[in-house]
Amino acid sequence: MPERLPNGQLESALPIGPQAAAASAGNTLDPYADRYAARTRGMSVSEIRALFAVANRPEIVSLAGGMPYTAALPIDSVAAMVGELLLNNGPKALQYGPGQGDERLRELICEVMALEGITGSAEDVTVTIGSQQALDLVSRTFLDPGDVVLAEGPSYVGALGTFEAAQAEVVHVPMDGDGLIPQALRDALIRLTAEGRRAKFLYTVPNYHNPAGVTLSEERRPQILAICAEFDLLVLEDNPYGLLGFDGVTHPALRSLAPERVIYLGSFSKTFSAGVRVGWALAPPAVRQKLVLLSEAEVLCPPNLTQFVVAEYLATQPWREQIKVFRELYRERRDAMLTALTAQMPAECSWTVPTGGFYVWLTLPDGLDSKVMQPRAIHSRVAYVPGVGFFADGNGRRDMRLSYCFPEPDRIREGVRRLAGVVEEELELRETFMSGATSASPAAVGGRHGSDAPGPEVA
Amino acid sequence: MSAPGGQSGLDIVRTQSGYRIGEDLHAVVLAGGLAYEREVSLSSGRRVADALHRAGADALIVDADADLVSRLTTTRPDAVFIALHGSSGEDGALRGVLDLLDVPYVGASAVASRTAWDKPTAKAVVQAVGLHTPDWVALPQTTFRELGAGGVLDRLVHRFGLPLMVKPAQGGSALGAQLVTAVADLPAAMVGCFSYGDTVLVERYMRGVEVAVSVLDDGTGPRALPAVEIVASTGIFDYASRYTSGMTTYHTPARLDPTVTQRLAEAAVTAHQALGLRDLSRVDAIVGADGEISFLEVNVAPGMTETSLFPMAVAGAGLDLGEVCVGLLAAAATRTAG
Repeated sequence: MPERLPNGQLESALPIGPQAAAASAGNTLDPYADRYAARTRGMSVSEIRALFAVANRPEIVSLAGGMPYTAALPIDSVAAMVGELLLNNGPKALQYGPGQGDERLRELICEVMALEGITGSAEDVTVTIGSQQALDLVSRTFLDPGDVVLAEGPSYVGALGTFEAAQAEVVHVPMDGDGLIPQALRDALIRLTAEGRRAKFLYTVPNYHNPAGVTLSEERRPQILAICAEFDLLVLEDNPYGLLGFDGVTHPALRSLAPERVIYLGSFSKTFSAGVRVGWALAPPAVRQKLVLLSEAEVLCPPNLTQFVVAEYLATQPWREQIKVFRELYRERRDAMLTALTAQMPAECSWTVPTGGFYVWLTLPDGLDSKVMQPRAIHSRVAYVPGVGFFADGNGRRDMRLSYCFPEPDRIREGVRRLAGVVEEELELRETFMSGATSASPAAVGGRHGSDAPGPEVA
Repeated sequence: MSAPGGQSGLDIVRTQSGYRIGEDLHAVVLAGGLAYEREVSLSSGRRVADALHRAGADALIVDADADLVSRLTTTRPDAVFIALHGSSGEDGALRGVLDLLDVPYVGASAVASRTAWDKPTAKAVVQAVGLHTPDWVALPQTTFRELGAGGVLDRLVHRFGLPLMVKPAQGGSALGAQLVTAVADLPAAMVGCFSYGDTVLVERYMRGVEVAVSVLDDGTGPRALPAVEIVASTGIFDYASRYTSGMTTYHTPARLDPTVTQRLAEAAVTAHQALGLRDLSRVDAIVGADGEISFLEVNVAPGMTETSLFPMAVAGAGLDLGEVCVGLLAAAATRTAG
């Protein structure tokens, strides 16, 4: 809390200036503290996040970020297309547009969703600034402070941040190699019911999960939906990686199996460009109305320019072939990572085997803590994301997320080699100091979730 | 390199608060680097550059990377302001390179930086000139590997009692530093600390008022600026408390008895001189209930961010940060030219 001077004036936040010289009452450097909304509580800088500042330096092999490999796009064709677009339709592209999003793009989005078995109407699509904005809109639509959201454990850090900003409580449901475990979901719902609490929705990334790298099996999809129907639970299906399966398989979206129960979020960030920031929500009409009104209050309308770029790209460029290019590229990198992990990592480590997407989830030997180990990794010129950032409940200390989407295969191999050395050193330390102890973890630090993961600009 | 003072047309005027020069000063602010404190350093560098611009100097922010030598060779600055924290910027390595390039810089020499950077060495130096510093032992990881940890850890607790401070022997921003209050937490604290470096400094914990004393030498010899008292809302002045506005209350000047304030200022200047430092430094210390001053560590490239202590002290002294930096750069430029 800021100190108040005797005259009732808030003390200056500025360390420079005549006030500071006389600030014997103390200066917190934040005179706004007693005005902040409750949702800002706990927002602070993070030691972990600071370490990511070096991740973009070329000396570091970053297995930490989640940046798609946009260098694989046919930049010449895209540039010509954008030029044509502005020449032919410039005034409209540079103008405001409808709050729900450009109609032509919404129709094209329905064609994209059809690849996953979704029959949706352009009328029910809301275009958003990345699917991250759609997450925010859905959260604002459904969540009051104290509400419960069910989510996989681990879960997408951007979603955790949104739910936290909505002051909701996230209850994690465990996964295995086939994704979310139906019985665990049922158990969680029974427990909540017994406590007299009702979850507002289940947030799930069914395909090529970020960060866990696993996919909900087709067998489990109807089971999960049946449990949700039994407990009358809505589903928020977040599916940015669905078309990036390495085995040529496209799984049916949960939305295609239960249109009334599922709000579906999609994105062009991984199939085309993360920089255009175009995503969408497909929601039942009643929900869609609310999403559009909230979006208008939030951003007025999604940018016409980037929506037109995406629509033009879908209408005139070989986008399905480009997705195949991405799949092949990411598959090669996944293979490089898995081969290197098998060859290099100490025997007590385990990891998931993704069949698509960007990420491997690695679990360290018992007693090791990925967050504590991070400075050693940075010193050894390799970066990863400690697992704690992907949990709202302090779990994940033994885990880490490794990404293979951005670095070239040779760099991935080198990164894994360095990481293996770091783990070996840490094991030696554990041997020296922790023999007999079960955990190297000091008391969990109550950080704001999302602050312990890198920003979107990290490679 | 350009000959400062001559070809670049430096017009240095001595003023009440030190040196003052015109718009002819071409400075490079070194920021970034590969150390753990890269983010803090980038923030410090930007702030110093802004302050220099406001004071009328020409300042270019340059990262310490593979292009550094060629950048310095082509930009030919009159002097360099080192806003690099952590290794390389503070351990003397980069300063040695600047010496090789004949590029003048603000702050301690390469040799003195090396001494100050290593906390156990710095503690020994200031102790030798009569300052008090908490009892300590520096232990490399190899020691534990060879001798085993159990017996040594027991002995540490027996000797120093609890709580204990455990921190990397080198490094800043409290990264890796931990207050250990229970014997059971000591092994984990050691493991966490060794992630940051090969040697751990274990120190007797001193209760008291946490203070930072900035020392400035703007041409008339080193003097202490008003001490800044630190009251972290969480009780621990860790990374988050340092760099999140609102988490810590700072009192400038520190709320200390005038005689203690005087002794504190003298102690900081003594440490600055004993370590052979130059231009600027920041001494971190604890003032006990009995007024005893305990030296903890010294920084040769103190933080310059919006929540950093050196700028608070500069403001507390009624000085302008930009003018102070310009003066230090001018002094550095003439030092080498002379």
